[in-house]
Amino acid sequence: MSLEVVRPGPLSLVEDTGRTGLAAIGVSPSGAADRTALAHGATLVGNDPALHAAIEITLGGLSVRATAPATVALTGAECPVTVDDRVVVWGLPFLLAAGELLTLGLPRKGLRSYLSVAGGIDLPTVLGSRSTDVLSGLGPPRLIAGMVLPIGSTAPEPDEGPPTVPEELREVHPQTVPEELREVHPQTVPEELVSAASERHEGPPPPTLELLPGPRTDWLADAGALATTWTVSPDSNRVGVRLTGTVLHRSPSRVGAELPSEPLVRGAVQLPPSGQPVVFGPDHPTTGGYPVVAVLTEAASDRLAQCRPGELVQLQWAALRDATVAALP
Amino acid sequence: MRILPCGQTALLVECAPGQVASLHAALVASTLPLADVVPAARTVLVRCEPSRLRSLREQLGAFLAAPLPPAPAPAPGTTVTVGVRYDGPDLDRVAVLTGLDAADVVAAHTGRPWRVAFGGFTPGFAYLDGGDGRLAVPRRDTPRTEVPAGSVGLADGYSGIYPRSSPGGWQLIGRTTAALWDADREPPALLRPGWWVRFVAVDR
Repeated sequence: MSLEVVRPGPLSLVEDTGRTGLAAIGVSPSGAADRTALAHGATLVGNDPALHAAIEITLGGLSVRATAPATVALTGAECPVTVDDRVVVWGLPFLLAAGELLTLGLPRKGLRSYLSVAGGIDLPTVLGSRSTDVLSGLGPPRLIAGMVLPIGSTAPEPDEGPPTVPEELREVHPQTVPEELREVHPQTVPEELVSAASERHEGPPPPTLELLPGPRTDWLADAGALATTWTVSPDSNRVGVRLTGTVLHRSPSRVGAELPSEPLVRGAVQLPPSGQPVVFGPDHPTTGGYPVVAVLTEAASDRLAQCRPGELVQLQWAALRDATVAALP
Repeated sequence: MRILPCGQTALLVECAPGQVASLHAALVASTLPLADVVPAARTVLVRCEPSRLRSLREQLGAFLAAPLPPAPAPAPGTTVTVGVRYDGPDLDRVAVLTGLDAADVVAAHTGRPWRVAFGGFTPGFAYLDGGDGRLAVPRRDTPRTEVPAGSVGLADGYSGIYPRSSPGGWQLIGRTTAALWDADREPPALLRPGWWVRFVAVDR
């Protein structure tokens, strides 16, 4: 059983939860940029979110054909979607019959959508994961037209067809993927989308992304200056998202200081000499030489993965009442 | 040593220069519930599940209060010999910067083993320290847009080998045919933190 890629769209990649424990030899975690949407899709089709790979679709445009009946679900940035001539519902599992063509349009908002298939995309693993790491080149190549993606076997299924969805799950999608989700891939984002995104944000407030202290928060002259509104730069991708706005300054005692390379994590907010922060994504380098002045919460890191270039985001220091935060040194 | 915050999934331990190797080895050998231990120049990152961060913070504090065992000596099987043809484009420049002649640079580079301090930059790239101190040279003012795979470089007191063709700013003194990275090999990286490298000059 397999899916045939008829049209890949601007950028479609195979992603799962990524590679852990290999940063010491320079291997990034990689994995889905929006882990919440990946896990939601896996759950909808009966996959193990920790195990099965899906297709991460940046700015829609993907068309695939099933060679055999497959249960699929779409999560993340909502796109117009058709199966041959019928319209299917976003965020619910449905059966893709043999020979049927699934086609995604452009998401109205958000950046990354996930196509999960019962059994998962069954390409060979590299270092324990099927994720494509755009920085190191590990994992499967990006999808191109004509590529055939094997689907893993599923546990023996009852005859009644696709799994039924409990009532409570029907409401999960809109909550799990808040409307203020959006994000980036530089070489693939047409100019008109960037400006369209900016215009759209003159209306609703930008999404709030919560910050936790980083190892070098004290390198900021004014930590409060980070907690403002930023624009997502077109020069952003799965490696990192560049934010533009107010120029941040180092504290006077750190001006001109060199920081020996330090390990990085996903969500790390790094302050380069330009004063414009970079927020690292799943394919981040494992070490870096500029101070990490804050780290996004895990949820905020997923939310940033849905922000398009040109869109605004509001950074905000997390309240210290949270138990996780209170545990920080 | 200081424990620094690093989000919901990690803590960063800052230690004195020269303590990283022993701290990394001690953490790897410990029973702490760590998802990953990542050394760098002056710090070691430990990762865990968000739900365990609070308890890890406490356990780590207790762990670091005890004296660290000394950095382990090279164990059998953890020294990798790398043959290098010393004809790199920056060899003469390194000679000028160090006040040595080219033959002395080669002798210094091969004269004592280098320790694999930490990885980063790209899979399989290792920052090697502990070599001849005379070889501490700055990076090139202008990085090269393409450094060939196997290039052996020097910068900031470290030596390193480019696992694959990539941009790079280190001073290149030679080239090796050793496979630094092979995703199909176990382990995929030829060099791992805590291991040692001995360079030898070869003709080709």
